[in-house]
Amino acid sequence: MRNYLAMEVEKILSEFPKSKDYLLEILHEIQNKNPNSYIPPEVVQKVAKHLNIKKAQVYGVIGYYSMFSDKPRGKYVIRICASPVCSMMGAENLIEYLEKKLNVKVGETTPDELFTLETSECLGNCAAAPAMMVNLDMYGNLTPGMVDNILKQYSQNK
Amino acid sequence: MLKEYRIALRNSGLINPESIEEFISADGYQALRKALKSEPLGIYEEIYDSGLRGRGGAGFPTGAKEKAAAVICSDCEKYVICNADEGEPGTFKDRIIMETDPHTLIEGMVIAAYSVNAHRGFVYIRGEYKLSIQRVQLAIEQAYKHGFLGKNILGSGFDFDLEIRRGAGSYLCGEELTLIESVEGKRGYPRIKPPYPAEHGLWGAPTLINNVETLANFPSIILNGAKWYRSIGTENSPGTKIFTISGDVNKPGYYEFPFGMTLKELVFDVAGGIKDGKGFGAALLGGAAGTFASKKHLDVQMGYDKLKEVGLTLGSGAIIVFDDTRNLNDTMLNILKFFKHESCGKCIPCRVGTSQLYNHLVNEINKNHFNPSNIYPELIRQADIIAKTSLCPLGQSPILPLRSLWQNILESNSAKH
Repeated sequence: MRNYLAMEVEKILSEFPKSKDYLLEILHEIQNKNPNSYIPPEVVQKVAKHLNIKKAQVYGVIGYYSMFSDKPRGKYVIRICASPVCSMMGAENLIEYLEKKLNVKVGETTPDELFTLETSECLGNCAAAPAMMVNLDMYGNLTPGMVDNILKQYSQNK
Repeated sequence: MLKEYRIALRNSGLINPESIEEFISADGYQALRKALKSEPLGIYEEIYDSGLRGRGGAGFPTGAKEKAAAVICSDCEKYVICNADEGEPGTFKDRIIMETDPHTLIEGMVIAAYSVNAHRGFVYIRGEYKLSIQRVQLAIEQAYKHGFLGKNILGSGFDFDLEIRRGAGSYLCGEELTLIESVEGKRGYPRIKPPYPAEHGLWGAPTLINNVETLANFPSIILNGAKWYRSIGTENSPGTKIFTISGDVNKPGYYEFPFGMTLKELVFDVAGGIKDGKGFGAALLGGAAGTFASKKHLDVQMGYDKLKEVGLTLGSGAIIVFDDTRNLNDTMLNILKFFKHESCGKCIPCRVGTSQLYNHLVNEINKNHFNPSNIYPELIRQADIIAKTSLCPLGQSPILPLRSLWQNILESNSAKH
């Protein structure tokens, strides 16, 4: 674990009550602080010890919820909504467009570790379908041109 | 143009959601003041008499839920939870409430907590809703500073603490007992019902759990009374409903209207009709766990019972509109894929069944001469078994879009050929 992440984890753990019901909250905070948007094994161990629960319990939670990952992802996680409304409004074409543009398949990360492409269930932005999120920022009414601009904006912010 | 009637969205767009002062000047927290001067019994009876029904999708009488949580024990530990894990495809009403008027939700929650004598509460918001989380968090901090949360609220002697818990991407966590598991820091697996949350909820304690839109109705009901609320909407579905209209319409968006509007009015007058001059094909009411309405349903009143009479559901109030050129088999496949992905795997009928439904349909669609008559009756038979044997509403849902799509649309189409 990189040193600064270790420090962040300590700080995050100290900010929450030492109670296992805060596990999801703690994992969110840690993952958001990690430039690779995931929960590394050393951190799982640390969190489990801190909350006095089994590592399997932490992995169980990470594996169950789609926002969490135990594998490294890019700095920016792109989640395209694949639910019925976004699909009918063109999300499927956008997924293909992004796969070509980033030269990765859904679930993969670009070699420069900048973007991970994922699909998501309904993002609640159906009036502006198709929609996607980049980390936690929401975008709607997407066209390939807009996607280009959004990617450019994040690429400049390496 | 039909004019909206706003109760849950009464402040939406009119006040700055980040300013408690603006909320207070719009009669904010007046209902809480009034409630704290009454007996808790008066509060849940008022809600019961108003006829308010749960806006999360099931439509259960809200007052009955409150009464159950209130009377189960007097001085035991109890909790209030707001279900803000809005994940139903086509639904985004709770997000709008949280983003544009978070204090109405908090006011509703404190009133609910007082009525059942709970002293700790949680707003469980889906992790993807960044702005909702920020706005509700800010509103909670402001409410503490102004004495609407915390110890001895408004000098009444009533204490209530409220905090946010974030979901992390699981449709199933919108189901109340699954949500409770998630608040406890676990995987979102459903529990067997009964016992219901009002008896055995968070950490085994009696728990009142309501949807965002439901709670956002509380302040107006307490301020204006049950009789006023009953004067709006229809007899069995009093009040208003937020409809989220998306898909092939000219003006997709959220609209609040009294129950009793017809689907035709909502699609054509409110949402501006079908895009690109095409015709109305179908509408999926209530999201993926909802039902397909056809042209013949355009004049049905949008209310819990009227829709039920014709085999449709209102659900969360989502209306996804399809023009007459859309291939609804592709939509159905997308819906089955959704259920397959979101099945938690705890119970076998749902884990295996949702995959089978998807695989059967995708195989059939990939054949050269796809004929819905060859597959839908069998899918419906299987989905019916899954519905009868699954633990929670997820496995009980695929039958709804499947059967309604077949009976209302595909069967009559195939008869024509």
